[in-house]
Amino acid sequence: MTRFLIRRIGQAILVLFAASIAVFLLFFVGPGPNQVARTFAGRLGTPQRILEIKHALHLDQPLYLQYLHWVGNLLQGNLGFDYYKGQSVNTVVAQALPATVSLVLGAAILWIAYGVFSGVVSAVRSRSLLDRGFTTAALFFYSMPTFVLGYTLIFIFAYELYRVTKFFPFSSYVPLTTDPWQWFVHLILPWLTLAMVTAAAYTRLTRTSMLDVLGEDYIRTARSKGMSERRVIRVHGLRAALTPVVTLAGLDIGTALGGVIITEQVFGIPGLGWTIVQAIGQQDLPIIMGIAILAATFVVVANVIVDIMYAVLDPRVRLH
Amino acid sequence: MSSSPEVRGRHAGKPAVTSGSAAGTATMELPPAAKKIEGRSPWRLALERLRKDRAAKVAAGTITVIVLCALLAPLIASWIGHGPNQQFIDTGLDAEGNPLAPSGTFFFGTDSNGRDLFIRVLYGARISLVVGVLATLISVALGTFFGLVAGYLGGVVDSLIARLIDVVLSIPFLVIAISIAYISHPGFWLVVFVVGVLAFTYPARIVRGQVISLKEKEYVEAARALGAGPMRIMFIDLLPNVVAQVIVYGSLLIPLAIVSEASLSFLGVGIPPPTADWGAMINDASGYYQAGFWWYLLFPALALLITTLAFNILGDSVRDAMDPRGAGIYE
Repeated sequence: MTRFLIRRIGQAILVLFAASIAVFLLFFVGPGPNQVARTFAGRLGTPQRILEIKHALHLDQPLYLQYLHWVGNLLQGNLGFDYYKGQSVNTVVAQALPATVSLVLGAAILWIAYGVFSGVVSAVRSRSLLDRGFTTAALFFYSMPTFVLGYTLIFIFAYELYRVTKFFPFSSYVPLTTDPWQWFVHLILPWLTLAMVTAAAYTRLTRTSMLDVLGEDYIRTARSKGMSERRVIRVHGLRAALTPVVTLAGLDIGTALGGVIITEQVFGIPGLGWTIVQAIGQQDLPIIMGIAILAATFVVVANVIVDIMYAVLDPRVRLH
Repeated sequence: MSSSPEVRGRHAGKPAVTSGSAAGTATMELPPAAKKIEGRSPWRLALERLRKDRAAKVAAGTITVIVLCALLAPLIASWIGHGPNQQFIDTGLDAEGNPLAPSGTFFFGTDSNGRDLFIRVLYGARISLVVGVLATLISVALGTFFGLVAGYLGGVVDSLIARLIDVVLSIPFLVIAISIAYISHPGFWLVVFVVGVLAFTYPARIVRGQVISLKEKEYVEAARALGAGPMRIMFIDLLPNVVAQVIVYGSLLIPLAIVSEASLSFLGVGIPPPTADWGAMINDASGYYQAGFWWYLLFPALALLITTLAFNILGDSVRDAMDPRGAGIYE
């Protein structure tokens, strides 16, 4: 297990290293140092200021030194300084993170609960009317672009049914610390949007996985021992069937924490995804780079956690 | 491309397996019989299964209609007399300069620039379909190549490609895509390229897995014994045997590419205006639809939804048809 851990974490570091080079090249080499300094200086940058920034960012040095400097800062937890807003990127990210975390965790609870429930019901009552309903709904929402669903929900619940559903605000975000009730109410529609489009994959995965497991010999053994069907499914079926679902959930949550760009954009939630879209509109490079590398870190860390969980659940994985 | 919950790339369910060994039995010489017995290839069997699938027929019909709309868009436009980017300042907007509701002149109403939404939705189909298909071709070609090489050569090459995939998957798709669109100016080919290249990881993984099991087969051993080099084995012997899988997977990548393109345009980093594009139209409508201009959002959104739904249904049916074991699961 220790060897597996070391190898897995080594791989993760390698991937992050490569991702940092990719992000660095994309932004520093792509536009060229002069353009970078000019962009960092913002619209009002004087030649004097541009020179200062070039020096501060080590843009007058060879590429590898520039990279080392940038990564050195990253390793110390410094995502950079945003000249456009006159703030450190860490501050901007710290402001945006709670909104994204609220959105993602709430939605994840919904999509996992619904996905697993519908998948299990579909598998256990295979080919029933309920199964058809769930699988058709899964296909429908799987095909649904997030922004189409988001605007549809806003249109129905926040506008058309306004008289009945007065409590649905149509956009923006209220921090949990400001007003927990308003926080909850403002997030209902975004949670539903993100959860519905994501849950479809879980319904299908759980259904397939559960059907596979229910065909196994040990399930037949459990049944022939006279175990109740409920217990067979809950104790023997579900535990084995949920391993791939846990994997998918870990990866999806990791990815989503890096910014649920479209949901945040549709509902005006100032999270990481919304911030990066704003930053692109404002040509605000440090923010884009900071969030990109942060998002990559979330994904890589989620991958490691999922692999470790998998190895704990299923010892065969450690060998590969 | 990372499977963010927004641009959903992970296809749950089992990938189809149509192994090459079945082809051998189907083309075997048949004993002379009184009644002529026809050999049926796996392809024909799949096609026959597909023909019996009602959902597949509806989906294929819908896709045909969408393709016709895209092809005939200029004809319909000239017949009605409204260009896709033509602004009807006098007849297409009301006194306050707001969009007009659907009518006999403007079937789907007009947008905030007084343009005919019906014509623009038709033209939008062209962008969606062309980007969807071209991007899928790119990702399937790249994915098949990397999957073959990684699976067959194994070792260091396999590890390198696996890490490359990890890196591409580590940065969320939309983050990379909007970043690239930002540093180089957005345009049609950039969108095709970005959407296509970033999605190569999915076919690559599938093909790699398939090749790892196929390379242990006798025919590969025979080819190697005859002195065939790795290039020949990969591209002449193995490639035809993964084609079925690639087709199944490719058909499921098209709707993904269409949604990716629409998402980029929705975020303003896709196909630049004034080109008619569903994602961009939905973005334009987002500031209007709540104020009673429902048609502005409804028609492009419906067009996009119907298109992705039709491709997903057809893709599912193709998978079921090619993998008899899983057939009927989603019937």
